Amino acid sequence: MIAVIALAIGVAAGIFLEPSVPLGLQPYLPIAVVAALDAVFGALRAKLDGIFDDKQFVVSFVSNVLVAALIVYLGDKLGVGGQLSTGVVVVLGVRIFGNVAAIRRHLFRA
Amino acid sequence: MRKPANLVIALLLALLGFAVAVQVKAGGDDAELSSARPEDLVRILSDLDAQQERLRGEIGDLEDTQRRLDSGAQGRDAVLAEARKRADELGILAGTLPAEGPGLQIDLAPGSEAIKSETVLDAIEELRGAGAEAMQIAGAGGAAVRIVASSYFVDAPQAGRLVVDGTTIAAPYTITVIGGPDTMRTALNIPGGVVDSVRQHGGTVSVRASDPVRVNALHNAGAPRYAKPAQ
Repeated sequence: MIAVIALAIGVAAGIFLEPSVPLGLQPYLPIAVVAALDAVFGALRAKLDGIFDDKQFVVSFVSNVLVAALIVYLGDKLGVGGQLSTGVVVVLGVRIFGNVAAIRRHLFRA
Repeated sequence: MRKPANLVIALLLALLGFAVAVQVKAGGDDAELSSARPEDLVRILSDLDAQQERLRGEIGDLEDTQRRLDSGAQGRDAVLAEARKRADELGILAGTLPAEGPGLQIDLAPGSEAIKSETVLDAIEELRGAGAEAMQIAGAGGAAVRIVASSYFVDAPQAGRLVVDGTTIAAPYTITVIGGPDTMRTALNIPGGVVDSVRQHGGTVSVRASDPVRVNALHNAGAPRYAKPAQ
């Protein structure tokens, strides 16, 4: 419950404060968001499985974001930033779909 | 209790929501360019440069074409004006256009004897020799006849009349001529010339210079039946 409220507060803050993304962060933010979403869906699935662990969620969330940012940074340095970003998004997208499928099976038994 | 962990989770999720909102907003602005990689931007820029270059070349070509068409139109106008001028000049020489300019008005009045066609022809030849450019001859109250290269003069059966190009005119005759007045007057007045010969037959000649004189009578030149322009 707290999590949902916090998410709503974050979205509201983002909408109403209208901050602009710093130039240095611009390539990383989209990937970081997708990585964080992956962590969130993984946590949701663990919760429904009854194996949710606070520490694990925090660590996976932070590490996901950092690794995603690192990959993009590395890709930029190697000159394959665009392709690598796409690769990261694909991998994370596949994982998110997998998690969502598990969540769906829990909720709807289908 | 797990209070601190919950707080951290809430913080992270708030951060995620914030980031999502910010990113969605930023993406809405200028999605294509702001999220593009530098090399993509460079490529887009060089594409645009190439496109600009191409369009510039196109502008140059079209301006060239425009300039060429403009000068072509000017050249055509000049040629047309030249041709029109030439047609006017030829029309005056051929007697198909009215003309005006400095010249003489010559009245030939018969005395005891009628003025013969040879005398009139002499006068015409004399005037031509003196540089006459356009001439017409009128009888008493009659219409004027333009004198051209093919004009002929014949004595009419009735005395004191003259047939010029098929038109009969009665004395006294008035010749209107455009040309250098002084030259023509001198030519007419030479001893044994036209004025002399008319006076010998008892007639009178009056020569008046005026500017402008008008030669209004037109010669109806038909198209040549046999002669064609040589190539």
